[in-house]
Amino acid sequence: MPEGKKQEFWRWDESNWKDPDIDWKDAKYITVGIDVGSVSSQAVIMTDGQIYAYANMRTGFDSPNSARNVLNFALKATDMPEERMDYCVGTGYGRVNVPFADRSITEIACHARGANFIYGPEVRTVLDVGGQDIKAMQCDEKGKVTNFLMNDKCAAGTGRGMEVFADLLGIPITEVGERSFQIDEEPPAVSNTCVVYAKSEATGLLRKGWSTEQVLAAYCRAMAERIYSLVERMGVIPEFAITGGMAKNRGVIDRLMAKIGLDPMKTKWDTQIAGAVGAALFGYALCLKGKGRKK
Amino acid sequence: MITVGIDCGAKNTKTVVLKDGEIIAKTSIPTGFDQKKAINESLEKVLQSAGITAGQVDKIGGTGTGLKSIDMADVEVNEIKAMAKAGNYFFQSARTVADVGAEEGRVVKLDEKANVVDFAINERCAAGAGAFIEAMARALEVDLEEMGALALKSNKQIPMNAQCVIFAESEVVGLIHANTNKEDISKAIHDAMASRIVSMIRRVGVNKDVVMLGGVGRNPGFVEAMRRELNLDKIYIPEEPEFGAAVGAALVAAEKV
Repeated sequence: MPEGKKQEFWRWDESNWKDPDIDWKDAKYITVGIDVGSVSSQAVIMTDGQIYAYANMRTGFDSPNSARNVLNFALKATDMPEERMDYCVGTGYGRVNVPFADRSITEIACHARGANFIYGPEVRTVLDVGGQDIKAMQCDEKGKVTNFLMNDKCAAGTGRGMEVFADLLGIPITEVGERSFQIDEEPPAVSNTCVVYAKSEATGLLRKGWSTEQVLAAYCRAMAERIYSLVERMGVIPEFAITGGMAKNRGVIDRLMAKIGLDPMKTKWDTQIAGAVGAALFGYALCLKGKGRKK
Repeated sequence: MITVGIDCGAKNTKTVVLKDGEIIAKTSIPTGFDQKKAINESLEKVLQSAGITAGQVDKIGGTGTGLKSIDMADVEVNEIKAMAKAGNYFFQSARTVADVGAEEGRVVKLDEKANVVDFAINERCAAGAGAFIEAMARALEVDLEEMGALALKSNKQIPMNAQCVIFAESEVVGLIHANTNKEDISKAIHDAMASRIVSMIRRVGVNKDVVMLGGVGRNPGFVEAMRRELNLDKIYIPEEPEFGAAVGAALVAAEKV
C-alpha cells in the first residue's frame, strides 16, 4: 500500500470472466445487459440466452463512463469485437445513462428475470440487496414480477451501509461475514437504525470492551432485522433467492434466513450479475421476436 | 432563587445558571464517551463562572439525550417542554420552536403561556440533524464553521437526490468530480437539510413567530435556507441557540422551587 494512503476496507475485487466452452462465432444473437448500480456496475454478454462473459466493477462518479468501462472489461475477457453485439439493454440506478444501450428496463424486472435464470424457475421470492437499495420481489415461473417492495431512501441494511461499517471497524468487507460468527454468544442487535448513529453506537461498544467480532455480529443482526422487516411486509413464497452483493455476506444472510426459517437457493453464478443477466435476457427475447436492432 | 439547567447532548453538554430569571453563567463542553464525567465537569465549571457554590443552588433541571446520566438533577425535564419554555423565554411571540441539534431535530407548537400544543421529533435519521451538514462538510473538505458562509455566496439551485447521509456523501463527491463550485454544493446541502426540518414544521403547522434553538441555529446558511423555504421575513434566534434546552430545563426547575 502506498505510504500515506488510508487502507480501504470496503474495497472488494473487481472481476471479469468468460465461459471457455462457448464460441461467440456460433451464436445467432449476442445480447448484452448493463446494470449500472449506485455502487457497482455489471456487464453480461449472452450468446443465444447463455452467459458467455461478464464483468463486475465499482461504479465511478459518472454513469456513462462506468457503463463504458464495465462493457470494455467484459469484452476484454473475450476476443469478440463490440460490433458483434446485436442488442444492449441498460438497467439499474444509472440505466438511462448507458449511451450505447438500445433501451432501458427497470432493475425490478431485470433482477427477477435474472434470478429466474441463475437460480432456476422454482424461485418465487427474490431479495436483492444492493449498494443503495433493498428490493423484495415475488415472481412467477417465467421470472415475471407479480409484486414488489423497495427501500431506497436509507442506507440501513444496504451494501453501502455495510461498506461504511467495514471501514469503521477496519475489517475487509469480504471477511465481515466469517468474522461476525467468531463470538461465544450472539449479542443483541445494534439499536440504532441510521448508519450514522449506528457508527457512534459501535464506537461506544468498542470502548466498553466489546470485541470487533461482537460489534460485527451486533451490526449484521441489525441489518438482518432491517431487511427482514421489508421481506416480511411483502411475504415470502418459496423458493427464496438472494441477489446482489449482500448475498455474499453470510453474517447478514444466515441471520436473516434463520428469521425467515428457510434455506436460500444456491447458485454457481456471481449473485451481483443477476440484474445484468435479466437485462441481456430481455434483449435476447426482443431479438427472437424480431424486435431487435434494425441492421 | 438560583437554578441550574443541564442539557447533556449527543455532542456537547451545556449548562446554565439562572438567577431570578436572568442567565448569569453558561458553559458548553464536548460530551465525549463518558457522559457523567462531562456533566460533572460542566457543572463545576458553570458554578465557578457564576461565582457560587453548589449549596446555593435551589434546584437542578436535567434534559437531553444523556438525561439518565445526570444524577444530581432534581427535576427531569422532557426536551419538548424545555424547548417550549426556552422559546417563550427568549421570544414571547414564539409559537413554533424548532430545535436542531447534532443528532436530533424537534419541532414544537406552543401557546402564549409556553404550553405545548403539538410536536414532532426526528431522532432516528441523521438526515434531519446537524450530523448531516457535518458529514457533508467532511466530504467537501471544508470546516463546519465555514459551510454556512459558503452557502450564502451561492444563488444556484442544485437539487440533491439523496436523503440519507451515507448516500448524500457519495452524491457530494460526484458533484465535486463534476467540477461544481463548493459554494453551490454547500447551498444544495443546506437547502436539502432545511427542507427536511421544514417538512417537520409543516406537520405541526407554521405558526408565527418561528424560533430556532440548537447549535445548528448558528449556521447562517441553514437559517437562510429555512427562512426561504418557509417564506418568512425572519426566523428568531437567540444569541447562543445551543443553550436553549439547558435554559428551558433551568426554567422548569425554577417552577418546582
